[in-house]
Amino acid sequence: MNDDPILKVEDVEVTFTVGRIGRRNAILGVAGVSFELRRGETFALVGESGSGKTTLARAVNGLQAISAGAITFEGQRIDGLDRKAMKPLRRRMSMMFQDPVGSLSPRMSVGDIVTEPLRIHGFEGRDLKDEAARLLPLVGLPLEYADRYPHQLSGGQARRVGVARAIALDPVLIIADEPTAGLDVSVQGEVLNLLNELRERLGLAMVIITHNLHVVHHVADRMAVMYLGRFVETGATQAVFGAPAHPYTAALLSANPEPDPDRAQNRISLPAEVPSLLARPAGCEFHTRCPWARDNCRTVAPPRVALEDRSLSCHYPLKPGARPPRRERP
Amino acid sequence: MNVLEINELNVSFATEEGVVHALKDVSFTVPERRVVGVVGESGCGKSTLINAILGLLAKNGRIDGGTILFEAGSDLTRLGPAEMRALRGVRISTVFQDPMGALNPVISVGRQMANVQYRSGRSQAEKMALAAAMLRQVRIPDATAALGRYPHEFSGGMKQRIAIAMALMMEPALLIADEPTTALDATLEVATIELLRELQEKIGCSVLFISHHLGVIAELCDDVVVMYAGEVVERGTTRQVFNDPRHPYTQRLLECDPARQAQRVRRLPTIAGEIPDLRCRPAGCIFAPRCFRRFDACAKAPPEQDIGGGHVARCFLAEQPETAKERT
Repeated sequence: MNDDPILKVEDVEVTFTVGRIGRRNAILGVAGVSFELRRGETFALVGESGSGKTTLARAVNGLQAISAGAITFEGQRIDGLDRKAMKPLRRRMSMMFQDPVGSLSPRMSVGDIVTEPLRIHGFEGRDLKDEAARLLPLVGLPLEYADRYPHQLSGGQARRVGVARAIALDPVLIIADEPTAGLDVSVQGEVLNLLNELRERLGLAMVIITHNLHVVHHVADRMAVMYLGRFVETGATQAVFGAPAHPYTAALLSANPEPDPDRAQNRISLPAEVPSLLARPAGCEFHTRCPWARDNCRTVAPPRVALEDRSLSCHYPLKPGARPPRRERP
Repeated sequence: MNVLEINELNVSFATEEGVVHALKDVSFTVPERRVVGVVGESGCGKSTLINAILGLLAKNGRIDGGTILFEAGSDLTRLGPAEMRALRGVRISTVFQDPMGALNPVISVGRQMANVQYRSGRSQAEKMALAAAMLRQVRIPDATAALGRYPHEFSGGMKQRIAIAMALMMEPALLIADEPTTALDATLEVATIELLRELQEKIGCSVLFISHHLGVIAELCDDVVVMYAGEVVERGTTRQVFNDPRHPYTQRLLECDPARQAQRVRRLPTIAGEIPDLRCRPAGCIFAPRCFRRFDACAKAPPEQDIGGGHVARCFLAEQPETAKERT
């Protein structure tokens, strides 16, 4: 099998214009990120809301224009393509949106929903009934669900329908934005197992956006932690979870609530608020909240450091198990 | 004293497809100054429960029986709309998942926070001063200036903290928090939980905390109520329920949490089967169709079995811990 990356994202930036006329400001929603994705691989994007995860996913899918960088999909540059040129490529990459029920038209039956991509891409020639009968069992739904409507589905079933629609055109890449938000643990497990099964069976590559770190730990091969539109740390999931090297990653992982009432907390708490994208801090952009920040972090932006199993942007990468220094409260 | 005491509550909805029995014989209490968590899958009746307490059931919903005693006095199921209005926002307040649902986008934060004090009899200046003090408590920087700003000018975590400040403005006896941290990421989630705990202790209110995030429940709550398909299947202190779950549903639910799998697994555990159709509830134990410990007796609905120390489970086998053999 060809081992070239399916998706290559290089130094991508996305700019938004905000403010009133005459007082326009440009903000960088995504500020130069790069990653590659190969067949059968799962890549997770984690970070706070507003850190640019969804914007990056939309940029990859061509729903959001980029202002710098390059996106290559199956060897072809796809940034800057117009709708018409993008359309045939959309068959090869599909998107699962956050709100499971909201992304399904209430007026269409499940059968119509899962075969809609076929109609849009001009496969009317195929027997749509047959196609629905092919897709529903793939996601573990009985055939009679083809005649049901979204309001008759549970949250987990609605997600399954979303998955069936996403794989209708045999894509090679699926971008799943919070595929399990709002689901309870058992149904969450079902949806993730389903995605994983399809990944193995169909050799899909997947980008998963989530803020559930437990999910990332189990499903992702590699991950990137986003902060203010940049990757502060990216690498193999096992390595990052085992020993986070960027202070933000360490804080994020330590903040993960565990279902054990007796667990010692040992949290790294972050002071202050997330800075506004309109006023990015000087130096290292995380220094305003970093318990380890030193003087040069406030003035000098850290270079990108490539280590053996990861890369990160930090002047002073953490050693495994590092605890924040005690400091005087102001 | 119990701030809230729910006894044998039954709620049903009349729908085109028949009567849905959304809550069946729900009983539990929220003691004074305790944080009680309610866990369960979507569709298990958590939202119906909140709406029944608040007197906000949809028009087709009906309380078929049971009582909801508030502060050991009035039965909320019998109060009229005007009496309920006097309680809501004053003695019982709520925080929801989406703070923008609680905040009006076109009114400044300060004015909204003054508005919720309309029953207090305070002067406008006093209301504003109190609002600013409350914002400081939820750690909104520059609180006085924040009063003049609009909701969109704050980040998601700050908006949720403002919603919490508003809910606690009138120092209610009971705060109902419905998935207040679900939309927040890990660091903000933890900060919000810590804040909620701190304010609860300071004000001395009780909290009914609804979430399907088991980690958050374990961290914040004193007691836990586990719901399944409209029934309370297990309740007790957080330690009792998390460390020694006795109902098979609770046991499976805890096992399913990926956070409990220390080793990385590609295949996550799930509970086989689906929630039963609430239009025709099975006659016996509600969990029996999905339970691997079921036996003949489960054809009849089990009563609540008292395990001791306030730990209760609705299962015939609650007092016999499962054996390794049964698991396979």
